[in-house]
Amino acid sequence: MLKIENLSWSLGTGESILKNVSLEIPDGKLTVITGPNGGGKTSLAKLIAGLETPESGSILLDGEDITGWDITTRARSGIGYAFQQPVRFKGLNVRDLLELSAQKPLEDREICEVLGKVGLCANEYIDRTIDASLSGGEAKRIEIATVLAKKDAKVLVFDEPEAGIDLWSFSNLIEAFERLKATENKSLLIISHQERILGISDYIAVIADGEVTKFGTKDEILGGLLGDEKAERCPLGKDAN
Amino acid sequence: MLDKTTEELLGIVSDWTGKFNGAYNIRSNGQCAGRQSSENILIENKEGAPGLVIRIKPGTKGETVYIPACVTQGGIDDLVYNDFYVGEGADVIIVAGCGVHTSDGHDVRHNGIHRFILDKGAKVLYKEKHIGTGAGSGAKRIDPVTEIEQGEDSYLEMDTIQIGGVDSTYRKTSGKLGKGAKLVIKERIMTDKDQRAQTDFAVELNGEDSGADIVSRSVAKGNSYQEYHSKISGNARCTGHSECDAILADNGKVNAAPELYAGDLDASLIHEAAIGKIAGEQIIKLRTLGLTEEEAERKIIDGFLRG
Ligand SMILES: Nc1ncnc2c1ncn2[C@@H]1O[C@H](COP(=O)(O)OP(=O)(O)OP(=O)(O)O)[C@@H](O)[C@H]1O
Ligand SMILES: [Mg+2]
Repeated sequence: MLKIENLSWSLGTGESILKNVSLEIPDGKLTVITGPNGGGKTSLAKLIAGLETPESGSILLDGEDITGWDITTRARSGIGYAFQQPVRFKGLNVRDLLELSAQKPLEDREICEVLGKVGLCANEYIDRTIDASLSGGEAKRIEIATVLAKKDAKVLVFDEPEAGIDLWSFSNLIEAFERLKATENKSLLIISHQERILGISDYIAVIADGEVTKFGTKDEILGGLLGDEKAERCPLGKDAN
Repeated sequence: MLDKTTEELLGIVSDWTGKFNGAYNIRSNGQCAGRQSSENILIENKEGAPGLVIRIKPGTKGETVYIPACVTQGGIDDLVYNDFYVGEGADVIIVAGCGVHTSDGHDVRHNGIHRFILDKGAKVLYKEKHIGTGAGSGAKRIDPVTEIEQGEDSYLEMDTIQIGGVDSTYRKTSGKLGKGAKLVIKERIMTDKDQRAQTDFAVELNGEDSGADIVSRSVAKGNSYQEYHSKISGNARCTGHSECDAILADNGKVNAAPELYAGDLDASLIHEAAIGKIAGEQIIKLRTLGLTEEEAERKIIDGFLRG
């Protein structure tokens, strides 16, 4: 289980991005973080994976304080993180990245299984270089696959996995997420704006303006969320009236 | 008999496993250390100069010819001229690796001048791997010259890599392409410490619908310095593309000077160059998969040079 306690983070300029964020991500459950663009969701994911260091507060993994650990140590301790924006490499191919993630050579069958979860056919993609030649959706699905290939993961963070992914691949992915939490008892943290992902969640947190403004079970939060969305759909329009 | 160092170098640069299948010539310390022709590929001494004339009969398919060269004794400056005549419609692989070794404080150098003359429709994959090994103050140099003449509809792919350990290299590659001929060059150069590398390409696209694609990838580490020059001249309706892509580490420096000349309205020529250090986000991504920063850098560089 991942526990976030009173986490705050500011930019070098002093601008405060996350303010006193506390959150628990239990094992075997899917927690979704949602909220308006620029609210601080990706920033929180980066703090969890160690890409940024908080000013104050702490991050606990199974009770151990990992706040001071670097990216590599966190990854080796079971934190997986699929980026919102996939990274491209000149010269590394799909097999390379999946094998680095799995920390061992993979058989074609195993690669096929991981790629299948994101709706990609292994024959076509196994040797593809992860460079600018991949389409946006392809790169995104491979990014997700690199995290699904991480067998020792305890906590898996996916940043907007739905972005750019077609409906068919998305259905496979939903299944993969459900299997991860139910049969493999992983802690899943998914940042998403997507109703189907919200629909399979156990808990929902709303982060806006760097703060957790709502947290609860899906049933407690989901209904109100859609209502809020309607009310706040067009703040500019409201002002204009 | 080949000494142990030569055998090791041959293994690295030309996949030598104690023997070659097919035609070959092994050059060791300026001497011929073994030769075999095949029914379709004839290897003979060149007249009036050190080196070989290699004749590949028209229509030869699926054969490989190996002509590796090694210099393993300090003080040797080896110069060799090898001419390849590739007959009409032949489709072959030519493997020409070079390894230089010195550990006695004396310099070593190999200077291979290779000419390729491809007849109509001939197809060649030319593989060239270079490495320098051995400690001591002796400089290890490899200065290859490659001259290519391509007849109608011929195809040559040159796949060349300098793995490391070469203190100084000056590579000159030139090509003249006839109608419909295609030239593809993939060059990869790794330099470290105080090493220097210069590579010059000069390609003339003379025939209608000829095409050249030159991609050079380099990694300059330590205090090393690399220079890249390319000139593609489009003298007919043709397509030319050159790309110089360099990764810098430590105090490495790279100078890329591409040149394009269009002498025909229908010449379509493109150059791309990118020089810089490894993108930080690439290292971060690999670290989130559990690699250390050093491991991540090594993977990224290995992949870059392999690709
Ligand atoms: N390195 C940075 N430099 C400048 N601003 C930053 C940086 N990182 C984050 N921000 C700012 O912090 C705020 C939160 O960004 P963050 O990426 O966490 O938002 P988000 O909730 O993930 O948004 P989205 O839904 O659009 O992905 C934004 O206003 C963003 O511009
Ligand atoms: Mg975001």
